[in-house]
Amino acid sequence: MSARQLHTTAPRRNALWVAAMVHRISGLALACFLPLHFLTLGLALQGEARLDSTLRWMDNPLFKIGETMLVFLLAVHMLGGLRVLLIENMPWREGQKDLALAALAIAACVAFAFLVGAV
Amino acid sequence: MTGMIEVSLWRGKADGRYQTYQVPQRANQTVLDVVTWVQRNADPTLSYRFACRVGMCGSCAMTVNGRPRWTCRTHTSKVIEDGKLEIGPLANLPVIKDLAADLTRFFEKWQRAKGVFAPSKTRKDPIERISPASAPRIAADAAIECINCAVCYAACDTVRWNEDYLGPAALNRAWTLVNDVKDAGNKTRLAAIAEAGGCHACHSHQSCQEHCPNKLNPTASIAGLKRRTMQAYIKGEL
Repeated sequence: MSARQLHTTAPRRNALWVAAMVHRISGLALACFLPLHFLTLGLALQGEARLDSTLRWMDNPLFKIGETMLVFLLAVHMLGGLRVLLIENMPWREGQKDLALAALAIAACVAFAFLVGAV
Repeated sequence: MTGMIEVSLWRGKADGRYQTYQVPQRANQTVLDVVTWVQRNADPTLSYRFACRVGMCGSCAMTVNGRPRWTCRTHTSKVIEDGKLEIGPLANLPVIKDLAADLTRFFEKWQRAKGVFAPSKTRKDPIERISPASAPRIAADAAIECINCAVCYAACDTVRWNEDYLGPAALNRAWTLVNDVKDAGNKTRLAAIAEAGGCHACHSHQSCQEHCPNKLNPTASIAGLKRRTMQAYIKGEL
């Protein structure tokens, strides 16, 4: 790639490019979380006590923040995915930037509500 | 208006560099005027492309301060930053020399997207009347004013990621033909654009719409193609 192409940042100055990146990164982050989730659940196979002790170990503020992040990622990925499904399966509608912003705001509210409920 | 603009122009091929020139600033001066001034007054070896100078032909698109633009209709006063202009060839395309990008690949993709009208009648048949108020005609009209400038192609990050991707302009052209009731090529056209690198590769960033000098919305056209190819697949036509 030439230096000239590196100087062209036009696509990335676009809010919907950022929305697509949020969707992609949140999806990757959730994919990374899933094995940890299944490993934790799998502890139940080794007995109730093992799972309970792990869950008690996780019951601390650091994990609550992590769970809040997880809720945010799930919500933003789901709402972003719904927006893309609407684009691809329904007649075109303007205002996609507003919809992407709304998805971000709703996801943040859901995560905040989770945090307040969890504390 | 007086003063000078510090203009950096890309010189050479892909491994070239920016060279700086001092160009007098004028009232109502376009970016194309600036490039032309350099060629006529500073360096006659500068290569660039233009034809109509009125936003009709789509020849003069370049990268101006990091954004692809039609230079003949872009006033320097609107895009100048700190008295400076950086002008390069369009991104996502090979460089022939200086500011001239090689559009061969761009137009090959128009061919791959079956962007050519396939007549359904002969010259002996009566001319079919098409109502301007019909839904397909309205959809085609919304996308038809493309001037093939390749600004959308240069602005598209999906093109940068995926060399095989047909790009916004070719797919937008295909959408106008999909909606042309006189066209008979939709079966092969939908098959061509449903392949890898076709309409389903679009990530709906809408950078094409953001940068299109004619205010077209290729993302909407591509979304229409996604629906039409899906419908054709469900019906067993693909």
